[in-house]
Amino acid sequence: MSEHDDANHIVSPRTYLVIILTLMALTGITVMAAFRDLGRFNIVVALAIATLKATLVVLYFMHAKFSPRRTQLVIIAGIFWLAILLFMTMSDYVSRIDYRGVRFPIMHRMVEGSERRG
Amino acid sequence: MSTQPNHRDPQFPERHYLNETYGIRSWLLTTDHKRIALLYLASVTFFFFVGGFFAMMIRLHLLTPSGYLLSADNYNRMFTMHGVTMVFFFLIPSIPAILGNFLIPLMVGAKDLAFPKINLLSWYIYIVGGAFTLYSMINGGLDTGWTFYTPFSTVYSNSAVAPAVVGVFITGFSSILTGLNFLVTVHTMRAPGMTWFRLPLFVWTHYATSIVMILGTPVIAITLALAAMERLFGLGFFNPAMGGDPILFQHLFWFYSHPAVYIMILPSMGVISELIPTFARKKLFGYHFVAAASLAIAVIGFLVWAHHMFLTGQSTYAALAFSFLTFLVAVPSAIKVFNWVATLFGGSISFDTPMLYAFGFLGLFLIGGLTGLFLGCLGVDIHIHDTYFVVAHFHYIMVGGAVMGYLGGLHFWWPKITGRMYPEWLARIAALILFVGFNLTFFPQFVLGYLGMPRRYHVYPPEFQVYNVMSTAGASILAVGYLLPMIYLTWAAFFGKVAGDNPWPATGLEWKTASPPPTENFPVTPEVTWEPYDFHDRPDLGLDVTHMPEVAPAHGDD
Amino acid sequence: MHRTGELYGQFKTLEQQKDTASLGMWIFLVTEVMFFGGIMLAYTLNRHVYFTAFAMGSNTLSLALGGFNTIVLLASSFTMAMAVWSSQTGKKPLISIFLILTIALGFVFFGVKYVEYSQKFRHHLVPGKSFNIFYCVNNPAGCPDMDAAELATEREELDKAQAQDPDLNAHAQLYYSAYFGMTGLHALHMVIGAGLLFWLLKESKAGRYTPQWNTPVDLVGLYWHFVDIVWIYLFPLLYLIDRHK
Repeated sequence: MSEHDDANHIVSPRTYLVIILTLMALTGITVMAAFRDLGRFNIVVALAIATLKATLVVLYFMHAKFSPRRTQLVIIAGIFWLAILLFMTMSDYVSRIDYRGVRFPIMHRMVEGSERRG
Repeated sequence: MSTQPNHRDPQFPERHYLNETYGIRSWLLTTDHKRIALLYLASVTFFFFVGGFFAMMIRLHLLTPSGYLLSADNYNRMFTMHGVTMVFFFLIPSIPAILGNFLIPLMVGAKDLAFPKINLLSWYIYIVGGAFTLYSMINGGLDTGWTFYTPFSTVYSNSAVAPAVVGVFITGFSSILTGLNFLVTVHTMRAPGMTWFRLPLFVWTHYATSIVMILGTPVIAITLALAAMERLFGLGFFNPAMGGDPILFQHLFWFYSHPAVYIMILPSMGVISELIPTFARKKLFGYHFVAAASLAIAVIGFLVWAHHMFLTGQSTYAALAFSFLTFLVAVPSAIKVFNWVATLFGGSISFDTPMLYAFGFLGLFLIGGLTGLFLGCLGVDIHIHDTYFVVAHFHYIMVGGAVMGYLGGLHFWWPKITGRMYPEWLARIAALILFVGFNLTFFPQFVLGYLGMPRRYHVYPPEFQVYNVMSTAGASILAVGYLLPMIYLTWAAFFGKVAGDNPWPATGLEWKTASPPPTENFPVTPEVTWEPYDFHDRPDLGLDVTHMPEVAPAHGDD
Repeated sequence: MHRTGELYGQFKTLEQQKDTASLGMWIFLVTEVMFFGGIMLAYTLNRHVYFTAFAMGSNTLSLALGGFNTIVLLASSFTMAMAVWSSQTGKKPLISIFLILTIALGFVFFGVKYVEYSQKFRHHLVPGKSFNIFYCVNNPAGCPDMDAAELATEREELDKAQAQDPDLNAHAQLYYSAYFGMTGLHALHMVIGAGLLFWLLKESKAGRYTPQWNTPVDLVGLYWHFVDIVWIYLFPLLYLIDRHK
């Protein structure tokens, strides 16, 4: 298997510096965004920024950008499986009509709609 | 060592992995994958006996409807300990840790696994986890069911839950490390010429199993850790009194425990994929499909867990999705069964003991698998969930499937592991006894479940007694079927007829080295130029179109 | 213990050995993703269902300390990456320096965590029998680190929250279960990482790491970055719930 061995590609300190400063800036943005009222998008923005930070760490600090395809596949698999765990489990709760008095948005609209239609 | 099979007079090698070094330290500190496999063989067999003891207690107790043998509480402990021991300490490690550890480096043409020291570590972790669980047993065991459902396990049970939960948590890491070792070995340690599609299917299924181990086991680890935290320190994720949700526990538990059953069956399927071509003297039908199906089982197996939770009050829409996916996961298994049967067609079949186990697997796995579809059907499951129908279903797969494969594999590779053959006729009789005993034990349980007898109950209506008596009678026959191989395989390891490199003969790379193999596996790194399961064009093994191999030469009657 | 660049018996080339080690570490990190994933699921569900209590809990955390710790950990990832770079380019003295910096930043993190945890302990916010989210407002003497203004704000917030969620105390305990569970697990991983870093430092001082063979530095680096990534998620999830109120 022809491998782009990451030992052959050495990431420069300047790249690391750029990345770390970006990460710090993104941290600041996350905190600032937390103080703005974005309704239910607060969590979306927070997670999006966190994911961006994580991606930068994985790609550059962990050299994933310069690693063989196999490594990249392993990373994708891990993320995908985490997604299965989170999304499929939450799909149970989210699609229940009523869970401890909490009506998740999707079911809420469906139930309301069918109630209206009678 | 010999390139031409010398069936007339096989030689026992002078120097091999068993006599390379002597002394207890050379075994307890070994990093040789073959010795580690034998360490696992000893400890896994020990736990099999422990689990079998609990099974005996269950079946003896269920001889009578009113349950004279055990109190309700103690009956709960029996079935719980039976489940915990058998699932975590026998079924999950058995084939991967014993046969997988022994064979995978041989099958890929490597000197050892990728991480031999981690391999030894994983055995020690298994022992420590087992010690915790034994400690729990000595302190009265636990009565929560092997599924540790909350809040009973975390709040209300008065039994030794914490040590058992910790024990299983620890053992999980043994599984993770084994899986990690296998995955990396298959990726980076293959001999020159051993491409992915020349790998034996045993390796493919262990690769798929390792994917499941890596991705699933950490989830049960965190789940048990949280449950232990709840029991010991009062965290409340799973406790309704604190706003927690018992169903969350079930989701997390089954996210692993369903793929876990694929950890148990995939290696066995790998064994069957080796046995059937060998004893039908024919190339496996649809190699690529069987390899792909193994991966498909591993992946789709992660998407069906909530079919264990159909009656918990989960969302109907989610239940529908999981039910559909459950039907889907049966497809790759069916593809494999079809391909095995198609391999038999037109083959030259011999009924050696491993093949008897393979036939047993085919029939029993089929029944077990099909009954799984009944359970996956929402409407039907309402009636048969938590009945003996479920018990029969999973025992058909785990015993009729996984254990048959395990025993078939043990017999098939015993000559490679020990250099000596087991007594063939005694082994065939034992296999038949096992098959009869198994069916007598578990088939009545399908009927019981259909008639409505719930599982995990220590009493039952008197009209069910005849089936329970049949089941217990079968269990005693089954026990004989298990004991016989343990006795004669041990005897054969020391006194059996010398087997030679390749007594069957079979086509895998492991058969090209001595029996038992030298510590470094191959004196010279092999270079692979042949396709797998090629019984017609392997002159190096004495298998070519000009003459059929002798049937049952060195492994004749004893 | 093998010398620098020596081949282990089961490998045929140094490249195969390095390749194998790297793949092994990445697969191990995937198991860690799934491990943390389980408790993330517990957090996700409970946050959704008990949002008020979670917001209340989150607002009792010190944003300053949490933010500071985030910066500290990001910086330690930088120094770790620089340690790996030093080993790749053969600058042996720098390896040790950057490792020491990484360890130092790790200990700063621990120090801050200790301050946070001990405060929670004093404020009766550790899940268990004595958990009581109303402790400070009802017993100001027990929480001398909170002044009158802070207590008044907290009382107001608590009253508002309890109006929305009568079972606030029980549900807040779930928040703190998540807090201690997730940060505790993270801290445990950092302790292990620190241990590994000390080992690396010892080996680095002995001059073991060269551009031909720096695998342990590389692998511990991967592990350390992963632990950093976990915190990158923990910070907004635990510290930044509903801060705009």
